[in-house]
Amino acid sequence: MFRFRLYVAGDTQNSAQAVANLTVLCRANLPNQHQIEIVDVLREPMRALKDHIHMTPTLVKLSPSPVRTIVGTLSQTQPLLQALGLITFAP
Amino acid sequence: MKPVRSYLVTARSKATTGIRGFDEITGGGLPHGRTTLLEGGPGSGKTIFALQFLVCGARTCKEPGIFVAFEETSKRIMANAEGFGWKLAELQRKKLFFLDAQPEPDLIQSGNFDLSGMLAGLDVQIKEMGARRIVFDALDILLALLVDPAARRREVYRLHEWLLARELTGIITAKAGGDKSSSMRHQPFGFMQFMVDCAVILNHSVVQGVSQRNLRVQKYRGSSFDEHESPFLIGNNGFEVAGARTLGHVYATVINERVSSGVKRLDTMLGGGYYRGASVLITGFPGTAKTTLCGAFAEAACRRNERTMFVSFDSDFSEVIRNLASVGIRLDRYVKSGLLRIVSVRTITGNAETYLLRIKTYAKEHRARCLVIDPVSTLSSSANELTAHSVAERLIDWSKSGGTTLVCTSLVDEMSGRTLGMSPLQISTLADTWIHLNYLAQAGERNRGLSIIKSRGTAHSNQVRELILSDAGVTLTDTYTAGGEVLMGTMRWEKESAEHSAKEETEVARKLKRVTLDAEEAELEVRVKSLQTELVAKQVEKSLLARTTASRVQELSRGHTRMRELRGADAAKPERK
Repeated sequence: MFRFRLYVAGDTQNSAQAVANLTVLCRANLPNQHQIEIVDVLREPMRALKDHIHMTPTLVKLSPSPVRTIVGTLSQTQPLLQALGLITFAP
Repeated sequence: MKPVRSYLVTARSKATTGIRGFDEITGGGLPHGRTTLLEGGPGSGKTIFALQFLVCGARTCKEPGIFVAFEETSKRIMANAEGFGWKLAELQRKKLFFLDAQPEPDLIQSGNFDLSGMLAGLDVQIKEMGARRIVFDALDILLALLVDPAARRREVYRLHEWLLARELTGIITAKAGGDKSSSMRHQPFGFMQFMVDCAVILNHSVVQGVSQRNLRVQKYRGSSFDEHESPFLIGNNGFEVAGARTLGHVYATVINERVSSGVKRLDTMLGGGYYRGASVLITGFPGTAKTTLCGAFAEAACRRNERTMFVSFDSDFSEVIRNLASVGIRLDRYVKSGLLRIVSVRTITGNAETYLLRIKTYAKEHRARCLVIDPVSTLSSSANELTAHSVAERLIDWSKSGGTTLVCTSLVDEMSGRTLGMSPLQISTLADTWIHLNYLAQAGERNRGLSIIKSRGTAHSNQVRELILSDAGVTLTDTYTAGGEVLMGTMRWEKESAEHSAKEETEVARKLKRVTLDAEEAELEVRVKSLQTELVAKQVEKSLLARTTASRVQELSRGHTRMRELRGADAAKPERK
């Protein structure tokens, strides 16, 4: 099971894009084995500070380990999948 | 994008930075409620500047601040700032908040992002502590993550808008190669300069092997400012900018009081001594007793109970005392009592600016009324001459404005063949009194000659005097002019003794003459006396003679009468009727 937490800033362009991208990505690669928690930092600003989230959107893959942090709209799928450990690249 | 707003500017809306010198340059500090861009290369002091601004706000202006660190961790920043004595730990949390916003090293980036998250968090923090000042340190680190220039621009605008909307006085620091390279290479940040209300550029360069730090206010909307590069220093208390050259010069009122130079005859030559608050320049070749004259001045000042500082560039603290003690100038007791402070600065480290700022700081600490700098010419050797000149100028300006009497020496190098007026600092034109010491080589001797080249506002002797150093102290002696030449040393002594013996001889001769004259006079007097006695005798004799003659005549006539009576004559007796 993949557990994600996505920090977004309301429905700003970047954040909305990230939500959409993540949804598409999970549906395509991880059907029925993912869980997404969305944190709106505009509503929970102290949480962002506490979790050291400074840029939005930020995606944190909580499990499986290792925990990884990905910043951005999640639009560049190839490096993203690599970072999430969904594909391995043979150079 | 939010609509363009107009912001009201009031003249006094400036936020003090607490940085000595910078507030003068800008006429009060950074624009209040606006954003300032602080640009500079690595190690140019951006972080310190920004942090000092926050510390000042938190400590003295009741304006709590937030420090957003994109590059260094707050722990490291605090450790680095430990040495400045700002007591950050004490301020932390309530008045000064550090936000560690360094991108994690293993951060993966996929597409664009923005700062809304952090700004939302900061909003809460600002409200909580009532922050009025904020620093975004090394924003370039974050912006570098954004590939798209348009995205960078958008984020900077977002930040700027956010700052303005909250009326925070903000500093954004960014790395840049200073003035020149910002044109092409750092284009992404170029637009930041147009956007902000104030831009300050820090420069760290090496000129002839000497580190020079300069600060320049590039723009300041709605305010006048000193637009030149001003040297600055990162000292013990943080950032210090060399004082403004054009703004806020307040000269102390001219004082007619005289202060002793420590050498009695020199005071006489100057018509009473140096003026209080004057700057005195003593030039001379090595070994012409420049330091000794300084020492004499310092001692005299201490004797008057005035706080004095002696800055020695080439001798050690104890050497100065020992060397001066050998000519009867005892400074150790004043050092012990705390009246005199001797600062020994070796010539190796630092540039002219550094020295000036240090001297100023020390003098302020010591509350010195009299200041000796020996030799001031060191300044020009440890920096390029242009800077040194302006340093010397500001040194004199500064000492004048504080009413400090400044005595400084300048070495004239025999080897370099520099002529007199070409003192490399050109300080001679600025100084009020200029005393020149030189050697007169004559008859196998070198003797020290002192002359006053100029002394503003005082009548002064035009004569060269010989300067004599002995255990008893420093004295000046008249020189002898013989055949159009000035005689000094042994020749003076010879001349002196020759003249002395000649004088004695004539004295003796005169005495002798007087004695003989006395004798002659006495003799004549005796003769006069004897003659007088003789005269009296003669007169007596004469009167005696006259008397006898008279009595004889009487006798004779009586005899005649008697005879006539006896003869019974009558013809001559008509009266007896």
